[in-house]
Amino acid sequence: MNAIYGLFPDSNSARRAVAALRAESSRLRIKPKAIEIISCEPLEEEGFGWEEQRSLMPYLAPLGALLGGSGGYALAAFTQRVYPLPTGGMPIVAMWPTGIIMYELTMLGAILTTIVAFLVSVRLPSYKKRLYDPEVTNGMILVGVADPDRDCSGEIGQRLQQEGAAQVKEFSSE
Amino acid sequence: MATNSVAQTNVIDPQPEQIRRDLLWPLFHTSKRFYVLVVVLIAFGIPGVFAYAFQMSRGMGVAGITRPVFWGFYITNFVFWIGISHAGTLISAILRLVNAGWRRPVTRCAEAITVFALAIGAQYPIIHLGRSWLFFWLMPYPSERGIWPNFRSPLVWDFFAISTYITGSLTFLLLPIIPDWAMVRDRATGLRKRIYTYLSLGWRGTPQEWHRLEVAMRVMAVVILPVAVSVHTIVSWDFAMAPVPMWHSTVFGPYFVAGAIFSGIAALIIAMALLRKALHLEQYLKPFHFDNLGKLLLVMSLLWIYFIFAERLTVWYGNQPSEMAAFWAMQRGKFALLFWTMVFCNFLIPFPILAIKKLRTITGTVIASSTIVAGMWLERFLIVVPPLERKYLPFDWGTYHPSWAEITITVGTLMGMILLYVLFAKFVPMISIWELKGGPHKKPAVNEAQAAVRSAAIPLDNTLPSTNS
Repeated sequence: MNAIYGLFPDSNSARRAVAALRAESSRLRIKPKAIEIISCEPLEEEGFGWEEQRSLMPYLAPLGALLGGSGGYALAAFTQRVYPLPTGGMPIVAMWPTGIIMYELTMLGAILTTIVAFLVSVRLPSYKKRLYDPEVTNGMILVGVADPDRDCSGEIGQRLQQEGAAQVKEFSSE
Repeated sequence: MATNSVAQTNVIDPQPEQIRRDLLWPLFHTSKRFYVLVVVLIAFGIPGVFAYAFQMSRGMGVAGITRPVFWGFYITNFVFWIGISHAGTLISAILRLVNAGWRRPVTRCAEAITVFALAIGAQYPIIHLGRSWLFFWLMPYPSERGIWPNFRSPLVWDFFAISTYITGSLTFLLLPIIPDWAMVRDRATGLRKRIYTYLSLGWRGTPQEWHRLEVAMRVMAVVILPVAVSVHTIVSWDFAMAPVPMWHSTVFGPYFVAGAIFSGIAALIIAMALLRKALHLEQYLKPFHFDNLGKLLLVMSLLWIYFIFAERLTVWYGNQPSEMAAFWAMQRGKFALLFWTMVFCNFLIPFPILAIKKLRTITGTVIASSTIVAGMWLERFLIVVPPLERKYLPFDWGTYHPSWAEITITVGTLMGMILLYVLFAKFVPMISIWELKGGPHKKPAVNEAQAAVRSAAIPLDNTLPSTNS
């Protein structure tokens, strides 16, 4: 993957750059998903990332909970029947204690589903070389275009500079 | 107003670069004091390991537990540490859900306590087993022995509850650490860089990553709260399910949960004060954090004394001979000194300190918290031992004296807990850097900002707040 990116010292200039790239995306042959923004803190409240605000995670957690609860019931009920203990005429599978196991595994199901959903949705862990600059850690906001058209990359770089990029750099994953 | 004055004395916030410098400093610089502390902790902890090894080789006879008191220091410590674990995740989840801005410097200190206290607490049932190498018999797995754990046993419920809680708490702690580890990765070199590269999982900080992290944390906060409550309720059922005088009580669930939160907040305040001093976090852990937590502690102190009163009143009113034997042993008998020390430590000393605003300083809250931690350990001891010493008919009464092995193991695990916390502070920023830099949420601006980026034609500077403003 190749990219051209600018490092912006504040969110205003970064936002201006994103807006400019989007406005001129057809002329500069930039695909909407090719614009990448990277920051060392969440910028949702600065207007970035609104496209990302749809996530299945809150719906997957209850699904995981349901699976966990069912698994809890299966574990407790099935195995109590397979290895029956003397209960003096009381039911082999008593719902009160089985309910406790179900409850805990319901919650465990929700927790594990959330973790997996998070990692899968952001594709982590990933140790491949991807567009990034350690300057982001120092507070810079990276605005870049992945795989830009060769004929337009110079102009994209100029545009980033015009909007206030402190530095414009190129990136190659090779 | 008084509250405002406390807040106003703390409003000068450090700039982002200073935040990064201050909070990453302990990870890149190690003082001699750190090594001395680690050596001291190991020196005091190692006798506990030897005592445990000695107990395993000689059998449970080296512990003070004997008929009829089969639960002593180990179960006391188990309940105590599980209680302390309620500091972090529960408080952090509540404050996260209500979007309390002041939680930001507090949450990680608290969540780390939860994970390590759980890790220490969960060892005690294994230590208590005697034949610890057979601990896996507690786990539900089919075996050729034809034995399956009895799902009616509260000890099996403990296994499920604590496993779920430790999984949830660890996740709740680790998820927001990933961006901070990425920050360390970018500043580190050599082996350290390689380690943090793996730990940060390849985090970059795209809007999608930030958004998913926030969503995951919100979901986790909702899920972890009922788990935290259930864990200490189930620990209380280890007692309440047994027909032992003063144990078989319906109030035990909420009583234990309240006590756990009480001792947890106290432990958190002590940890925060020590971190503040040792890592020079004065600009981040401010007096109003201690003031706010002090108020919470005050509420829990009142709740605790209410539960103590409610529980004892019903026992006294019932006037069952078997229960009254244990009751009077605590009120004016063998355990009276411990009982009244507990009341002093948990209520009579902390209440005025926490209720009087002038005394609710950092020093004041730390003094109150220290007495509370000691008092809550006594409370756990008094729940476990006296009822077992006075169980029903006098022919079955007995006495319990902790042995040197139990005391050494108790001290050893305390040192272990502190050591884990100290090492954690060496490898992880103790305050979430990205959350702290985020500052208070500016929700009203969001829609405007989003609209501006969408339309890409509005003069943005005039409509939106600057990050640096």
